[in-house]
Amino acid sequence: MPNPTRIEVNCTTGEVLEIELADAEVAELAYQAELAADAKAEEDRIAAQRAADKAALLERLGITADEAALLLA
Amino acid sequence: MPTFTQIGSAVTVGAGGASSIDFTSIPSTYTDLVVKLSLRDNFASVSVNAGMKINGSSTGLTGRVLFGTGSAANSTTVTDSIGYTVGTSGTASTFASTDIYITNYASTSAYKSYSAESAAESNATTVYMQMLAGLWSSNSAITSLTIYPQNASLFTQYSTAYLYGVSNA
Repeated sequence: MPNPTRIEVNCTTGEVLEIELADAEVAELAYQAELAADAKAEEDRIAAQRAADKAALLERLGITADEAALLLA
Repeated sequence: MPTFTQIGSAVTVGAGGASSIDFTSIPSTYTDLVVKLSLRDNFASVSVNAGMKINGSSTGLTGRVLFGTGSAANSTTVTDSIGYTVGTSGTASTFASTDIYITNYASTSAYKSYSAESAAESNATTVYMQMLAGLWSSNSAITSLTIYPQNASLFTQYSTAYLYGVSNA
C-alpha cells in the first residue's frame, strides 16, 4: 500500500502534485498522532470525571442542575 | 461589486489520504483571498481541529473563537486553528465545512486579518461550530497557504479545498 500524500497546488501554473510521504515522515506522523490520541484520551477522562463529580455533588445536595444554576445566577 | 476567481486547481483528496493541502505561488493580483474547505480526517473523535500555515509557518498566527458544542457556547484563544474536520467517531460520510476570508493578503506593509466560519456535520450531541477572528502578525505578502489536520492525522478521501481571489472587495 502506498504511503499517504501531501497535495501541492501551484497557483500560478495550476499544476497539482500529490507527493508521497517518505517512510520517515509517515513514522513521525504516526508518532505525533499517537501523542494526540493519548492527549485526547486524557481530556476525555478528565471531562468524564468532572461530570461524575458534578452528578454526585448534585445528588448529595438533593438538587437538579437547573436548580444549581439558579443558585449561581 | 466583488468578483471571485478560482486560483489554481480544485483539490480532492484521494484514497490514500493527505497529510496537508498546500496552495503555493499565489499571485498577488487580487484584493482578498477566500478558502473553501470540506474536510474529514482519520482521527478517532467526532470533531477534530484543522490548522493553517501561512508561507510555510504557523508563527505569528493568533485568533479568538466563539464556538458552540451542540449543548453549550463558549470562547477560546487559538493559534493557527481555523476550524474543524469530522473524525472517525462522527457520522459516516459527513464532512466539516469551513470558509476562510483573508483580507489584503498581498500587502507588504500591514498585518493580515482573517475570519473563518466552520461547522462539523454529524448526527451526534457533541458537534462543533465556530466563528473565528484571526490575525497574522506579519508585513510579508501571503504567497502560500497550507491546511493540515492538527492531530497529525490525515484528511480522508473526498475532502476538498478551493482557493479564490477576490477583486474589488
